[in-house]
Amino acid sequence: MPDNPYAIEATDLTVAYQEKPVLWDVDLRVPPATLMAIVGPNGAGKTTLIKAILGLIRPAAGQVLIYNKPYAEQRRLVGYVPQRGSVDWDFPTNVLDVVMMGRYRSLGWLRRPGSRERALALEALEKVGMAPFADRQISQLSGGQQQRVFLARALVQDAQIYFMDEPFQGVDATTERAIVALLHALRQAGKTVVVVHHDLQTVPEYFDWVTLLNVRRIASGPVAEVFTEQNLRLAYGGRIAFLSRSPHADAEEPPTPDLPMPSPTRREEPYGYPESAA
Amino acid sequence: MSPAQVEIQLIAAITAAACALPGVFLILRRMAMMSDAISHTVLLGIVVGFFITKDLTSPYLVLGAALTGVLTVSLVELVHRTRLVREDAAVGLVFPALFSIAVLLISRYAGDVHLDTDAVLLGELAFAPFNRFAPFGSDIGPIALYLMGGILLINLFFISLFYKELKLATFDAGLAASLGFAPWLIHYGLMALVSITAVGAFDTVGSVLVVALMVAPPMSAYLLTDRLSRMIALSVAIGVVNAILGYWLAHLLDASIAGSMASMAGITFGVIYLLAPERGLVALARRRARQRWEFAMTMLAIHLFNHEGLPEASQENREEHLSQEVRWAPDFAARVVSRTVEQGWVQRQEGSLNLTELGRQRAKQAIAG
Repeated sequence: MPDNPYAIEATDLTVAYQEKPVLWDVDLRVPPATLMAIVGPNGAGKTTLIKAILGLIRPAAGQVLIYNKPYAEQRRLVGYVPQRGSVDWDFPTNVLDVVMMGRYRSLGWLRRPGSRERALALEALEKVGMAPFADRQISQLSGGQQQRVFLARALVQDAQIYFMDEPFQGVDATTERAIVALLHALRQAGKTVVVVHHDLQTVPEYFDWVTLLNVRRIASGPVAEVFTEQNLRLAYGGRIAFLSRSPHADAEEPPTPDLPMPSPTRREEPYGYPESAA
Repeated sequence: MSPAQVEIQLIAAITAAACALPGVFLILRRMAMMSDAISHTVLLGIVVGFFITKDLTSPYLVLGAALTGVLTVSLVELVHRTRLVREDAAVGLVFPALFSIAVLLISRYAGDVHLDTDAVLLGELAFAPFNRFAPFGSDIGPIALYLMGGILLINLFFISLFYKELKLATFDAGLAASLGFAPWLIHYGLMALVSITAVGAFDTVGSVLVVALMVAPPMSAYLLTDRLSRMIALSVAIGVVNAILGYWLAHLLDASIAGSMASMAGITFGVIYLLAPERGLVALARRRARQRWEFAMTMLAIHLFNHEGLPEASQENREEHLSQEVRWAPDFAARVVSRTVEQGWVQRQEGSLNLTELGRQRAKQAIAG
């Protein structure tokens, strides 16, 4: 569509709980085949933004276009990977069954999953390295394995745009690598992926676009342009203990000496900055 | 067995099966106590329905009950959503409110009708065969049998038709919503099923004990299986067995049938809670004990491995040393050593302990993680 080249276009998105605004007038434009991170401090409204775009929360104002049409018409193009902790992992079901749930939309009401759905689910499990666990009860999975099951479930949706809520949260290194590989494969296939992300240091490495959020949108665009120290300061306020020394940030703005730089050994820390309680 | 006895058992079994079906989803949605609330508040629907139709056997009573069930759940959610009241407290506020309105209405306007509070709370299965269903002048069985049978069929129909949707909305409501499956519709549909089931069970087991039939068999089944479909089938089977055993317990004790059925449901759950093969308390305790031994044996192997071949080995790798240095009680140390010897991890040689090749491998594996 020449007049609107964006995969996702949200305008004036505002969400409030009671009278407290959680998202203030957020505009977002994401081109196709982009890996975009949403970063921001706790309570910045990252999850809320995703949920508002997906219509899981009713926004007080604003609209969302997916490939130039209202979200409601384009629902089938969108896949969602909720936070791992949002479901009960003691639910009596197995891995293959959970992955097949990703096919339920194309099945519609009443129709049951069959051999085709099984085959697609197994294929997706193969892609995330979880095929040997197909018959495993979900309560027996580790956190990283749970996350990969969720990703496989998103893959079988065969969506054009994916929203993932903290897929890297508390996963092991193997899973982190598997997720990154998967993200790149998705981009290769022309898909757009929006990821709520916590680790600032890996943003330039994993993503090509980034949105900095703190109730309002601080900045959104290519990592090289907007992932700057100044923007990070705006988003995180005075709460940054140390910042990623990314080549992009350096190119934009030389690091100020009074900010302690991360040592490479801190990489295994889940977060790039100390979190205050949400 | 007399025909009445057979009929009573049939009604009891069908009631138990009908309750177990929606009960499975209540358990999985962590809404077990909502069944208690609904089973009481449906009384309001029955009373209002009765005032409108003037007929206690009218099918509109069931409709009224289903609506009150849905109303109960919506009110609870409404009160909870203000964030001033927690969900459990919201249940505790809404359910007595609706129930008390029903009790007031009955005591004020319907004192002379069969709607008395004892029958509501406890039901009386023993009298069920006296109310006959005779549509064309020919007696074809007790009304309760047809009423509960109908409700069982409705539950079976909806749960098998919307099995996939119920599973999805119960496991991951967020995904269900994003896939366009209207989880709220499924939610209220399920609550409507719970409500009509509670109404049907009123006559037979009463509004208190119906909770036992909705919660205990599904909870027992939950401890026995990892598959939702099997959990449903097992819940129904356990419910039916409880009902029939309960009947005979009541016969033996000359006591309330509903009370005996609920007791059997409780006893069955207790037994399964203790003895379930994987998740029962006994299995858990056994597993923990085994892990404790395995841990101790591995610890011993690592200890021996670390000192192996070093000058102090003759000092360190002795059984007496374990109780002094590793701080194991002497008899525990002795048992750990003899277990590792039995397993072929360790050999005793003149009081000192030496790792075998197998034991060395175990130690290395454990260290490597």
